[in-house]
Amino acid sequence: MEKLIEQFSFGLFFWQLLLFIAVLLLLRKFAWKPILDAVEDRESGIKDALAAAENAKKEMQNVTADSERLLQEARVEREAMIKEAREMKEKIVTDAKDLAQAEADKMIKQAQLAIESEKKAAVADIKNEVATLSLEIAEKVIKGQFSDKAKQMKLVEEMIGDIKLN
Amino acid sequence: MHGFFETDILSDMQKPFYVKVLLVVTLLLGINAFAQEKDHSSSEEKGSLKTEIKEFIGHHLLDSHDFTLFTIDEEKNEHVGFPLPVILWDNGLKVFSSAKFHHGESVAEVDGNYYALYHGKIVKTDAEGTINYDEDHHATNVKPLDFSITKNVVFIFLVSALMLFMFGRMAKSYKTNAMPKGIGRMLEPIILYIRDDIAIPNIGKKHYKKYMSYLLTVFFFIWIINLLGLTPLGVNVTNNIAVTFALAILTYLITTFTANKNYWKHIFWMPDVPVFMKVVLAPIELLGTFIKPFSLMIRLYANITAGHVVLMSILGMMFIFKNWIGSPLSFGLAFALSLLELLVAALQAYIFTMLSALYFGSAVEEHHDH
Repeated sequence: MEKLIEQFSFGLFFWQLLLFIAVLLLLRKFAWKPILDAVEDRESGIKDALAAAENAKKEMQNVTADSERLLQEARVEREAMIKEAREMKEKIVTDAKDLAQAEADKMIKQAQLAIESEKKAAVADIKNEVATLSLEIAEKVIKGQFSDKAKQMKLVEEMIGDIKLN
Repeated sequence: MHGFFETDILSDMQKPFYVKVLLVVTLLLGINAFAQEKDHSSSEEKGSLKTEIKEFIGHHLLDSHDFTLFTIDEEKNEHVGFPLPVILWDNGLKVFSSAKFHHGESVAEVDGNYYALYHGKIVKTDAEGTINYDEDHHATNVKPLDFSITKNVVFIFLVSALMLFMFGRMAKSYKTNAMPKGIGRMLEPIILYIRDDIAIPNIGKKHYKKYMSYLLTVFFFIWIINLLGLTPLGVNVTNNIAVTFALAILTYLITTFTANKNYWKHIFWMPDVPVFMKVVLAPIELLGTFIKPFSLMIRLYANITAGHVVLMSILGMMFIFKNWIGSPLSFGLAFALSLLELLVAALQAYIFTMLSALYFGSAVEEHHDH
């Protein structure tokens, strides 16, 4: 210990303290601060980049899920549309059928009515013809058998009776 | 001992190629040095050689006023190196070159004052360089305030400049690129380690930022200067108590001045203990605040000093056991120890930083229930 104290050199102590503090201050300003800042920047940069990559991955997953959902929705919508279209088609067909049926029925009815009225007209025509013919016959008969009055009367009566039947 | 050496070499066999190359090169250099030294020391007695080695180690551990790379001839006072400026405060500033001391051989005369080197320290003497002793054989000469640029100060300057250059460049490279370039590739993991494994766990996420500059500077400073101490230049800065004291006092001051209320409360009025215990604990806790940085100072100083003393003693053994087995053995031991010292250099920097962070952590710890 005594030797240590004897060896102690104040000059060396002075220079060491002075130079060390000078180096410390200079290095702090020109080396340690820029170095540590640069390293820290780099580290935070790496951390940020990793976080960004993680975020991007998550976002990507979200996008995928979204598109999946949209696709699903589109599929459902498409199916609904197809179903609707089919229903509409069926309805149209049914409606058309009904309409056609009704039209046909109506036409048939009209035709029937027309036939009926034609028939009636025809019957009336025939009646008229028959009457004319009868008159002609009667005229002929009258002309031919004009001599026999009783016979004539009888014939007229018979004829009138026949017509009545009709 | 022999077995240890063999296993050491064997384990080296499995190491990569460059380690083997390094091993061979250092081995050759070691043999060369040994061969050169042998003729010189063979004429001397073993006892004086031991003393010489001991003195050399003692001298090596001390700071010096000139930058001596190696000594060619002690007797002729031939050294290879260069002198360093001496700055004294002795009734005014005195600046002169350490060449005037001639490696402690002569007295330097400046403005009518005479100075001499005594055990690496500058003392004021008369023209003949007389050293006066008291009864405990201590020099009683006046020691002027010495602010000289010594060998260690030169190295502190060098390391400071190196750190400013390295980290300044590294910081600049981040401006253009998010990833580090060049030396930054090696330094960034260490900086991140200090932040993530030393600062944040000990201080907490909330407060660690304001201590980062100190922790990083102190870690790299101690580490680099310890590593430089292992180079052939062998300048040990951290084995000076003044250097470790300066570092420890900074840790102490930062702890004290950034401490919150909770920290002082735990020192002077320990919560959740009886009043009597509070009174007993206060001085102990207060003493603890001084002991903590003191232990930092001693730990760093002692580890580096011990490493160098053991390393140099083993190298010195080479010159004492002058036979075919002793030299390779001590070389192997020295090699193994050098590897260990490489680890110690980083480990001591780590421990200093770690404990500083721990003290800072206790200073800013928020109150929570125990």
